[in-house]
Amino acid sequence: MIDLLGYGAFFLSTALIFGLIALGLNLQWGLTGLFNVGIAGFVAIGAYSSAILTSPDTPDRIGGFGWPIVAGWLAAALITAGAAAFTGYATLRLKADYLAITTFGVAVVVQLVALNAQGLTGGPFGVAFIPRPFASVQDQAVLFNFANLGVIAVVTLAAYLALERLSRSPWGRVLRALREDERAAIALGKSAQSYRIQAFAVGGAVMGLAGAVQAHFIGFIAPDNYLPTLTFQVWAMLMVGGSGSNRGALLGSIVVWAIWVGSGTVTASLVPQDWQARAASLQIVAIGVMLCLILLWRPQGFFGPRRRQ
Amino acid sequence: MAVLEARNLTKRFGGIAAVSDMSLSVTEGEILGLIGPNGAGKTTMFDLLAGSVRPSSGSIHLMGAEITGQPAHQRLSAGMGRTFQIPRPFPELTLLENMLLARQAQTGERFWANFTSFARVAAEERAAKEKALSLLDLVALRRLADDPARVLSGGQRKLLELARVMMADPKVILLDEPAAGVNPALLEVLIARIREINASGVTFVLIEHNIDMVSRLCNRIVVMAQGALLFEGKPDEVSREPRVIEAYLGGAAA
Repeated sequence: MIDLLGYGAFFLSTALIFGLIALGLNLQWGLTGLFNVGIAGFVAIGAYSSAILTSPDTPDRIGGFGWPIVAGWLAAALITAGAAAFTGYATLRLKADYLAITTFGVAVVVQLVALNAQGLTGGPFGVAFIPRPFASVQDQAVLFNFANLGVIAVVTLAAYLALERLSRSPWGRVLRALREDERAAIALGKSAQSYRIQAFAVGGAVMGLAGAVQAHFIGFIAPDNYLPTLTFQVWAMLMVGGSGSNRGALLGSIVVWAIWVGSGTVTASLVPQDWQARAASLQIVAIGVMLCLILLWRPQGFFGPRRRQ
Repeated sequence: MAVLEARNLTKRFGGIAAVSDMSLSVTEGEILGLIGPNGAGKTTMFDLLAGSVRPSSGSIHLMGAEITGQPAHQRLSAGMGRTFQIPRPFPELTLLENMLLARQAQTGERFWANFTSFARVAAEERAAKEKALSLLDLVALRRLADDPARVLSGGQRKLLELARVMMADPKVILLDEPAAGVNPALLEVLIARIREINASGVTFVLIEHNIDMVSRLCNRIVVMAQGALLFEGKPDEVSREPRVIEAYLGGAAA
């Protein structure tokens, strides 16, 4: 029972971190209509930024700055905001699928840098000994898990409230106008370029923060954490929850993560040992099937605003 | 006094000059008609004035200040608004939101202000909302204020665009074919509103194919053909002018 509680807290922590990423995507896609398929790259930038700034000194890798965890998180959000703003600036003239393929490329580049720039990122070995919040109670698994869940829930709630405020604000209204008709928005005096860059930056900051929170929650990061599968998962979460809705982003993350973990457990227990590696792909199939069902049954997701088809 | 002035505007797309050496002077308080056969360059002329297309050469002055290189998004707050030939409401936003977006220099449209100056943002929103509702009232759309703009008919969209641009208190409004696709009853509303707004001191430039509407609203008409100025005069002079008739009928009347 106690184990189950501890696991529940662990599960929810992971799901909420995904929820945080999905909140960032919702600002970019749900509100502004920016087709960002480079999520994994921005999450990675946040994770590595905070990890490098807070982890102990290691030979062969830059580090030993000894920053406190919270400072690392803030720096991660700022650095990722900068990287995302730069991406937004560089892709100002690109729309829809062109923007998608370019942001995808950005994420691939980030992942390859993480894999190869050993002096900065530790290369394939990643960054270990990232300080974990409440490390002093690490032996008491349940307490440790719940304390971490508490921190993650507070960070997610703060981001949720801030983003809710923003999406209802005149600032958010301009973003929605850009999504609907960029030319009309320009004619009404809005600088499409400036707002696009802002949307990239703010969404990127949230993704980077999520990456940092996750890095400290797990205590270890490696380039393999930031493959395109991550981007796919977050998109599925937002689609299921309902793009345009912050509540949807959070709920979708919990549902999709439950299906991901659940299908993983099921295949692990049903499939014979030497087929396990191949059976892991069934997780992606499960998410795909669920996406199809959602799109058929409720195209706007759980909480998405109803749109004309 | 010229409130809007274009001098020797030329716009080439590749080898074709859509607008060539076109000059135009709009007097404060008038409703200037801009007519011409299809492909004459009227809408390109509007795009040049509104800044969404850069001229190849020539200059544009608004209330005496040169605005030739000014980006399109700065021209509404500089005093010049436009509507589109095919109306461009934000379909999933409510009519009220459509209206509020046109207000200029709103504190709440700056990111940080939403966390630092609550009171000011809220006060500006309240004031803008009040203005928006009274303008929606003027074009008989107030009861739809909370509906998404996609429910509007073609004619209502034209009215919304006119009301929306009024939110910015412009000095000059460029209207691109406001009558196209508008049913006769609604057209009368539209004409009446344009007259009222004009009487309150707003200058209009009007592209229109509906000659009846142009003659009723405008004292002066500029005729374009093949990207250049063909004729300029009062409505009755224009309708008698052989060159204008020839341009419209492609020489059949000559």
